[in-house]
Parts: sequence; structure tokens; C-alpha cells
Amino acid sequence: MELQFGLPLFYFLLLGFAILMYVLLDGFDLGIGILYPWFNTDAEHDHLMRSISHVWDGNETWLVFGGVILFGAFPLAYASIASLFYLPIMLMLIGLIFRGVAFEYRFKSTTSKQWWNRAFAIGSSLAAFCQGLMLGVLVQGTDNNTLMMSSLQWLSPFSVFTGIAVMAGYALLACTYLTMKSRGAIQQKAARYGQRLLLFVMLAMLLVSLWTLWAQPEIRQRWFGGSYALGLFLLPLSAILTARLLFRDLGRVQRQFAAEADINARHESRPFWLAASLFLLAFTGLVVGLFPYLLPRHLTFYQAAAPDNSLSFMLPGIIIFVPLILAYTLWGYHIFRGKIEDYEEGY
Amino acid sequence: MELDAALLSRIQFAFTVSFHIIFPSITIGLATLIAIWEGLWLKTANPVYLQLAKFWIKPFAITFGMGVVSGIVLSYEFGTNFSEFSRITGAVLGPLMAYEVLTAFFLEAGFLGIMLFGWQRVGPKLHFFATLVVAIGTWISAFWIIAANSWMQTPAGHIIVDGVFQVDNWWQVIFNPSMPYRFSHMLLAAFITACFVVLATSAWQLLHTQHKSMARKGVSMTLWLALLLTPLQAFVGDLHGLNVKEHQPVKLAAMEGIWAERETGVPLLLFAIPDKTAEKNHFEIGIPKLASLILTHDIDGELAGLKAVPADERPNVALVFFSFRIMVGIGLLMILVALIGAWLRWRGTLYKSRWFLTVCSYLAPTGVIAVLAGWYVVEIGRQPWLVYGLVRTMDVVSPLPAERVLFSLTLFVATYSLLFGVYLYFMRKLIRKGPPPLAYLHQQLVGVKAAGYAVALAKQLNPSKEQH
Ligand code: HDD
Ligand code: HEM
Ligand code: HEM
Repeated sequence: MELQFGLPLFYFLLLGFAILMYVLLDGFDLGIGILYPWFNTDAEHDHLMRSISHVWDGNETWLVFGGVILFGAFPLAYASIASLFYLPIMLMLIGLIFRGVAFEYRFKSTTSKQWWNRAFAIGSSLAAFCQGLMLGVLVQGTDNNTLMMSSLQWLSPFSVFTGIAVMAGYALLACTYLTMKSRGAIQQKAARYGQRLLLFVMLAMLLVSLWTLWAQPEIRQRWFGGSYALGLFLLPLSAILTARLLFRDLGRVQRQFAAEADINARHESRPFWLAASLFLLAFTGLVVGLFPYLLPRHLTFYQAAAPDNSLSFMLPGIIIFVPLILAYTLWGYHIFRGKIEDYEEGY
Repeated sequence: MELDAALLSRIQFAFTVSFHIIFPSITIGLATLIAIWEGLWLKTANPVYLQLAKFWIKPFAITFGMGVVSGIVLSYEFGTNFSEFSRITGAVLGPLMAYEVLTAFFLEAGFLGIMLFGWQRVGPKLHFFATLVVAIGTWISAFWIIAANSWMQTPAGHIIVDGVFQVDNWWQVIFNPSMPYRFSHMLLAAFITACFVVLATSAWQLLHTQHKSMARKGVSMTLWLALLLTPLQAFVGDLHGLNVKEHQPVKLAAMEGIWAERETGVPLLLFAIPDKTAEKNHFEIGIPKLASLILTHDIDGELAGLKAVPADERPNVALVFFSFRIMVGIGLLMILVALIGAWLRWRGTLYKSRWFLTVCSYLAPTGVIAVLAGWYVVEIGRQPWLVYGLVRTMDVVSPLPAERVLFSLTLFVATYSLLFGVYLYFMRKLIRKGPPPLAYLHQQLVGVKAAGYAVALAKQLNPSKEQH
């Protein structure tokens, strides 16, 4: 395989970055929606919604960004992936619509509150599930040589499994976010659920990895074949280590609460960063397996790349604006730092 | 035509994009108005401005939310339903939309949180800054997406290699021949739309509620703005029409209902029923020679007609013809309202003319209707082309099974109908609820960490200090 460096590779990495940002950021706020049915009272639901109502829009923008980078830098891939995944994308969009408007309407409703609760929980879960479904197909690869838009190959037991796994992963992120942003009973619940979800997510990651190694010789070759293989094994190793730390931290938050000791602020925010690192590691592992394909076994990123002229036109925009975006996004989180207040804030 | 995937995809796109544009055409203007009110409040410390800003921020928030969720659909729909189109134009349109995300969407989203929820977290100046940034973000977003659309109307600056578009000159792609007209016409349209929404609401409040001082301010400001913007819009629209004549003569012929291959001394049709099989109009009512005069500045000027091109290169004439008349009709009505308002103001009876305020209170949807009609002229008028003269719409649709598109279309129609009802319901509810009372505003502003607000408040509660 001949590696092509230069602009297409840069955009391939940028796309990876956009997806990772999306998964981390919208991950925790979709996760809040997935956890939603496990919280009961109105006050808890208020709290959950309020913890993300000021950030969900910005988080979702990373999805749009990923889409247009694919469109602008890899038009061929955008065209084939989007129409191949027609139904999961449409269902995901419908899910995102319902959960998005629920933020606006729930706080202003009196009689229809229950409906907005459902719209939020179901919409978030549906969106996350569809994303996992698509991930599953990308990992699994499409076996026939021609891309068939009419086929239903995105629906298999494997992809349904990854759909559920992604839901669990997002819910885990949300648990760690809540551990950081809330106190008392909600925090305890989040930490407890977090531990269970973590076990499930680790199991799912193990199963998916084993299945991939077993079913896909090319990926097996990559993991066990090269001289760099030893280095690669740092990935699962660090993942296990991170998971252990995360499990311990979540437990500590619960024990300190039970002992009525002051909870160390560091222990409250560290789970989130550990969970994020876990996602980062899993994502890196995924990219190692799939590189350089955008659509496994069909389309590599350099086959799909737009002409250099288009790629270099976007470059200054990316170099100037991406750091700027990161800066003001961070600033926004900083302004709303600390625990979610229980009084009504806002407009 | 049978119900095939291509046709369904087009219906779905037309439906979803029509739904989307309803919300930006309100938010762009409303964000700008809210920024103006906040700025005026900071400057004059007159609490009525704050009340206006605080009142409108809620309708703004739900409108913005609807704009966001319906917009995300569109950015994926190019790929899902028009895959071939995405493949061949991606190198041109993709980067423009990437710039839209980089320079506008992140900006709007990043500062929206502070605008909506930050009242107690940041000082009033910073809050004003956030609002201003959101408003500017909406303009930038309009800039890029209009550039993309205008390039499809009047393509320039590209080369075609192996059937795929590549860019030769980005400047020409962005500032293509119709872009300046379309951008200014659209931005004005958005400001006008928001103005009339606020005008209608304020007029209603003046008639039926106790919030007189705020309502009066609302009526007054929006009528001034309308007096300025609506004639300007007609002027820009006229220039826009001349630009269409130059670049898309067939569309112009459809707008004006001209059939003959070439016609001199063309009348301006006020009404007619275009008939595409007989290739002529029925029941024409027109003003002789006026169209020639407007479009060529010559009473006997010559214009090209629909028969200049084969029938399969003509758009749906009736739709374009009527949409155009609806838009221009509403434009003229708006100018009339603005003029009457100015006259009543001059007479000093503006706030007492119940009949005028009643008329105004019914005008809330006119802007949105005109915007939709305008877009139908633009988009239906250019068919069968997607990229004018180069790419036919029917050639670039994704080869999807028809049931699948029918399924998603059904989902969208159901979802959007439901949501539109909900949107109207909550708009009505928020408007009926009225603004927060001034006393409550004060209380709310003294947030935990709002040193700045305390100062601003002290000034407000004690306005005598300001007057020397
Ligand atoms: C003239 C203005 C205009 C036009 C013609 C369009 N839009 Fe739009 N769009 C906006 C003006 C706007 C906006 C003012 O920037 C919005 C509306 C409310 C909002 O949240 O931002 C927006 C939101 C919005 C979003 C969500 C942004 C976010 O996540 O914050 C997306 C993805 C799109 N749009 C995409 C599109 C596409 C693909 C269009 C064409 C087919 C389109 N818009 C037409
Ligand atoms: C936002 C206001 C807009 C409205 C109300 C609108 C409306 C429409 C309508 C009614 C059609 C269908 C025409 C037909 O098939 O007869 C159409 C087609 C289309 N428009 Fe727009 N449009 C808008 C903006 C845009 C923009 C900004 C773009 C691109 C950047 C765009 C891209 C397209 C495409 C790709 C089609 C082809 C699909 C089709 O023919 O149905 N539109 N639009
Ligand atoms: C009063 C006189 C008006 C004239 C002469 C006029 C003229 C035009 C013309 C010629 C077009 C089509 C351009 C094309 O096909 O490429 C257009 C489009 C449009 N018009 Fe108008 N217009 C007027 C008023 C209005 C008003 C009052 C609104 C809304 C409040 C409006 C909103 C639009 C929109 C949104 C479009 C589509 C986007 C664009 O091309 O900017 N127009 N107008």
C-alpha cells in the first residue's frame, strides 16, 4: 500500500478530529437523553436538561462540520456514504429533530411536559443507535464489490449490537459528565450507573475487537503483522488501565458520599476525562484498522479527495477558525463552569 | 410523471428546505433587532428596551431551535438524495458550506448559550457582545449559503474535468453574477420579515394588553424600519430582475408570462392564467408596454419569451408566474403600510388609529409568505436545470428505491406538520404571556455574580442622576 501524504491526508485527519469531537461532545448530551428514563422526578429531569441546554447546539454543530468536510474534501465519499446509509441517516435526523426541539418546548410547557420528556429520551436514543449502526457497518465492511444503494446491508445482528454499544458508551460519558456537574442523589446515581455501563462498554469493545480480528484477515494482518504491532498493543493496554482508573474513581465518589466526607473536586471531574480518553483510545484503534479507507474495502481517502484547489481553498479557513472555535467553545464552558444550579437560570 | 424516486426526492427537498427557510427569515432579523434593543438599553438605560429584548428572546429561542434542527437535515440531504449532484459539484459547493460552518454556525451556536442563559453569568456589555455575535453569525451564514445557491443559478469561475466541476477562480465562484443581488435581497427580506412579525405583535399588544410603553416602542421602531427597508427592497428587487433578464431569460419569461419567441412593447401582466399546452395566457389583464419599460428602459424594448427554448427546457410557468405576483404584491402592500404609518405618525394619531393597528396585527405572516414565494420564483424558475444550463435536476438524483424515499418523505411531512403546529402554539402562548414585568426584570438581573448588573440597575432605578 502506497501512502499518500499531503492535503488529502490532512483532511482525513481533520475528518477524524471532527468525528471525535462530535462523539465526545454530542456523546455526553445524547447520553443524557439515553439516561433520562432512569431518572424519575420532574426535578431530576429539569436538572438533566439544564445541564446541557446551553451547549447542545454547539455540540451538534460538529456533526454538521463533519458532514461538510466530507462533502467538500471527499465529495465522492460523501455522495456514496450518505445515499448508502439513507435510512439510518434519515432516522437519525428525525431523532435529532425531536430531541432538539424538546429543549425549547419542555421548559415552556405545562400540560405537554410528558410528551417532551419522551421526545427527548426517544430522540436521543434513536440518534445514538443509528450512529452505532452505521459504525457497525463501517467496521464490518461491505462484502460485495459494488455499492448497492437498494440493499439493506446496514442492518445486521452485528450492526444492531454496535448500535446498542454506542448507546451505552454515550450513556457512560453522560454519567461522568453528571458526576462532574451535579451533586447529591443525582451524582450518586450517575456514578453507580457509570460503573455498570463501563463494564458493559468494555465487554462490547472486547467482543467487537475479537470479532473483527476473526472475520477480517486484513485487519488481523495489520494488528499482528508489522514491526509496529508491538506499539499498537499499547492501545488496548492503556484502555484497560484507563477503565480501571475510571471504575475506581466512580466508586470513590460513592464511598465518600456514603461516609459523608467532602468529595474531592478532582475526583468528581476526573471520571469525565478518563471516559473521554477511553473513547479516544477506542477511536484510534478503529482508525488503525480502517486506514486509509473512508468506506472500507471500497473507497480510500485519496481516491475520494477533491482537487487540490478545493482542498487548499479551505485550508486558511481551517487553520484560522478551528483554533478560534475551540477557544470560544472552551470559554463558553468556562462561563458555565461549576455545578448546575437548581434555580431557574436563563432567558 | 409517475411517482418515481427522483420526483419524490425533489418533493422532499422542496418540502424540507421550504420548512427550513421559514425560521432563518425570522431569526436573522430578530437577532439583529434584539442586538439593537440591548445596545440601546446599554446606551440610554431606558428599561423599555430591555423589556423588548427580554420579551423577544423567547420567541427568538424557539424559532432558532427550529432553524437549527431543520437545517441539519438539509446539509445531509444533498448527499442522501442527490448523490450524483454532490459528487460532481462537491469540490465547488462543499468548501463554501465548510466556510459557512467554520465562520457562522459555530459562532452562532457558541454564543447562543451565553445569549440565552448567560444573563446572570456575564456582565451586560459582554451579554450584548454575545447577542451581537449571534446576529452577525446569522448574516455570515446567509452570505455563504446564498453564494452557493447563486453559483447554481449563475455558475461562474469553474472548469469541468471529466464531468466533474472544479474551481478555476474562487472569487468568481463566490461573487458570481447574481450573488450580490440575491444576498442583499435576501438579507433585506429577513429584516423586513422580522419587522412585520414584531410590528404585528406590538400592534396587537397595544390594542389588547397593558404593556403600552413597550408596544408603542415596538410599533414605532418597526414602522420606521419598514419605511426605510421596504422601498429599498423594491429597488433591489428591480435590479435583481434585470440581472435575471440577463442571465436567465427563460425564468424571466416565466415570471412575466411571455410566450412569443421575441416580443416588443411587452405589457406588465397584473393577472393571467398561463397555459403550457396552448403556449399562451388566458384572461390577461395588463398595463401595456410597462414590462418593456421596466426591464429595458424602452417602451418598445424587446424581451425573449418561453418559446425561444424547447418545451422541455421551460419551468412550470404558472407556479413561477403566480409566486412572483404574490411576492411583489406583498412588497407593495408593505410599502403602503409603511407610508400610511408615516402619515399617521405625522398627524400624531398613530397609536390611536385602531383600524390601522388592527390591520397591522394581521400582517405577521406576510414576510414569510413573500420569502417563500420569492424562493419559489428562483428555484422553480430555473428548472429543469440544477446548475443553470449545465446540470439537469433529473440526471443527478440518487438511484434509491422509491419506497425508501416515500417513507422518509412521509416521516418528514408528519414530523414537520406536527412541529409547525407546536411552534405556532408556543409562539402564541409566549406572546399572550407578555413581557416580564419591569420589577421582575430587575430582580432577575441581580444574579449571583452580576456585579455589572447591580451598577446598571442602580442607574436605572435612579434615573435622575443621568439627567444633567
Ligand atoms: C438566508 C439564509 C439561509 C438559507 C437560504 C439557508 N439557511 Fe440554513 N440557517 C440559516 C440561514 C439560512 C441561519 C440563520 O444561520 C440558521 C437559522 C436559524 C439557525 O439556527 O441558523 C440556519 C441553520 C442551519 C443549520 C444548523 C446550524 C447549526 O447547527 O447551528 C444548517 C446545517 C443549515 N442551516 C444548512 C442549510 C442548508 C444546507 C441550506 C440550503 C439548502 C440552508 N441552510 C438554507
Ligand atoms: C432557503 C430557501 C429555499 C427555498 C424555499 C427553496 C425552494 C426550492 C424548491 C421549491 C425546489 C424545487 C424545485 C423543483 O423541483 O421544481 C428547490 C430545488 C432545489 N434547491 Fe432550493 N430553495 C431554497 C434555497 C436553496 C439553497 C440555498 C440551495 C443550495 C445551496 C438550494 C438547492 C436546491 C437544490 C439542490 C434543488 C434540487 C432539488 C429539486 O429540484 O427539488 N436551495 N428548492
Ligand atoms: C416589491 C418588489 C419586489 C421585487 C421587484 C422583487 C423582485 C425579485 C426577483 C426578480 C426575484 C427573483 C430573482 C431570481 O429569480 O433569481 C426575487 C426573489 C426573492 N424575493 Fe423579491 N422582490 C420584491 C419584494 C420582496 C419582498 C417584500 C420579499 C420578502 C419580504 C422578497 C423576498 C424574496 C426572496 C426571499 C427571494 C429569493 C431569494 C433571492 O433571490 O434573494 N421580495 N425578488
